[in-house]
Amino acid sequence: MFRVFLAEWRKLRRPVLILGSLISSLFFTVLVTVFLFKNIDNPQGNADRGATIGRPILEGATGSVIAVSQVGLFLGITALCIFAAQSAQEYTYGTLRNLLVRQPARLKLLAGKFAAMKSYALMIAVVNITVSVVIAYLLAEGARVSTDNWFTDEGWAAIARTSLNIFISILYFGVFGITLGLIFRSPISAISIGVIWSLILEGLFFFINENIPDWTPVSQFNTIAAGGSVDISYSHALTLGTSYVILGIIISSVLFAKRDVAN
Amino acid sequence: MSSLAIEVHGLTKRYKNLAALSEASFSVPTGTICGFVGPNGAGKTTTIRMLLGLITPTAGSAKVLGFPVSEPEKYLSLVGAMIEGPAFYPALTGAENLRVLATMGDIPQERVNELIDLVGLKGRGGDKYKTYSLGMKQRLGIAAALLPNPKLLILDEPTNGLDPEGIQEVRDLIKKLASEGTTVFVSSHLLSELEIISEYIVMLRKGEVVFSGPIEDLLFAQKPTILVRTENIEDLERIVAIANAAGHPAVIRHGEAHIEGPHEWAATLNKSAFAAGIVLSQLNPTMPNLEETFFEMTGGR
Repeated sequence: MFRVFLAEWRKLRRPVLILGSLISSLFFTVLVTVFLFKNIDNPQGNADRGATIGRPILEGATGSVIAVSQVGLFLGITALCIFAAQSAQEYTYGTLRNLLVRQPARLKLLAGKFAAMKSYALMIAVVNITVSVVIAYLLAEGARVSTDNWFTDEGWAAIARTSLNIFISILYFGVFGITLGLIFRSPISAISIGVIWSLILEGLFFFINENIPDWTPVSQFNTIAAGGSVDISYSHALTLGTSYVILGIIISSVLFAKRDVAN
Repeated sequence: MSSLAIEVHGLTKRYKNLAALSEASFSVPTGTICGFVGPNGAGKTTTIRMLLGLITPTAGSAKVLGFPVSEPEKYLSLVGAMIEGPAFYPALTGAENLRVLATMGDIPQERVNELIDLVGLKGRGGDKYKTYSLGMKQRLGIAAALLPNPKLLILDEPTNGLDPEGIQEVRDLIKKLASEGTTVFVSSHLLSELEIISEYIVMLRKGEVVFSGPIEDLLFAQKPTILVRTENIEDLERIVAIANAAGHPAVIRHGEAHIEGPHEWAATLNKSAFAAGIVLSQLNPTMPNLEETFFEMTGGR
């Protein structure tokens, strides 16, 4: 499996892919972080859907990572696209047959590819978290937000906890992406369906019945990144999100192991 | 190791009601070059994919290098394959594409540069695959197949897109590998190429094996043929009629009549044509080549 991991990294380490992933994810991370601090006194709010996150909250131990915890959806969608593209492109390029000739143990191949993409997602998460914390620190003084509690033991624990949650969230989005990639075997179809589902369909479900998002996958993944929300508890999101991921892994494994490679 | 590189018994692949391959049985001795021929859709690629463990047979069994195809991990490290043309990542260089496969198969990275040179891509290995011409892509595909220093090399149309020099190089390479003990199982639509290099032939038609064995057995089993051209092309139909009336089956292919019959009958035909007022521009008694035999056996043109 380690050989598959290394081989997959030969594809992932392309500068264009790394830069593209970082630029697209950092765009939202920087935007949300700057917006949070620059609009702290804006009556129209400084967070999602006009909410206000005031100084008392930002000055707490979790203050340094509040911004990045708000961009879980966008980091997740970046991961979804990468995982979906990397898994589906093997079918569209026809390269899967080459890989399977060199590594016929299909589940090992899938696990190695997944581990490589996981580590790639971890790298994206670490960069985004670091950049967000640094920007937050630089903007805090101008926004008259005290950072005294940010780098205490409690503050570092909050950074670690948030980082872990974001990583889990990205990973879960990634499994969603890989499952779509293996079902549709086309990067364009898998990415379009994943993005439309994440950004539009789950939002529409809310208007049909406001309780539906309590049970949909992307809401759970997003809530995990945020460490819980007013509507969905962290433990509910983690339990349900993990169930969806296990289901996704089962579907992916069965499809990958059993399906004929005829293209 | 088994004396047979490939053994296939009753191998069948069905897609719903369509039989892509129907109870195919053949074997390929170790260390030989075996041509694999058949019209488009005859089931060649399906067979190759089953031999490589990429698709599961509906029925029957097959062994590659002595191991059943249901356990591809036991033999694929000794097999090199290029199936349905080259397939690589467009954004990676040619060499990097090979390194992905070398890493995956635990093959020393030095082998990559060695093969880049061997297939004539020296100086172009660092260029992105998407910039390659069809011939260069084909060469890279052959390099990928050679990565594991295979005991069995399976090549599906290896000369597609190659210029005459490239075709000659591939032919020489295949012969060299066979002389070193590698079994080569090669499909090609260039039957004249296969006739030159193959010792064995497996011929498919509509998913069924119509012949498998030494190429000499195939050609010697064929009836002699007389090839006839007429000054006036319309007279070919009349020549066919004369031949048929004399009990010699005949067809028109590529602007000439192919008449089954012993060489001696050519003189009789010449006389009959003259009597009918037909001027012959060619009268050539011949033994059928692989292409002739192929059309004969697969019901083509």
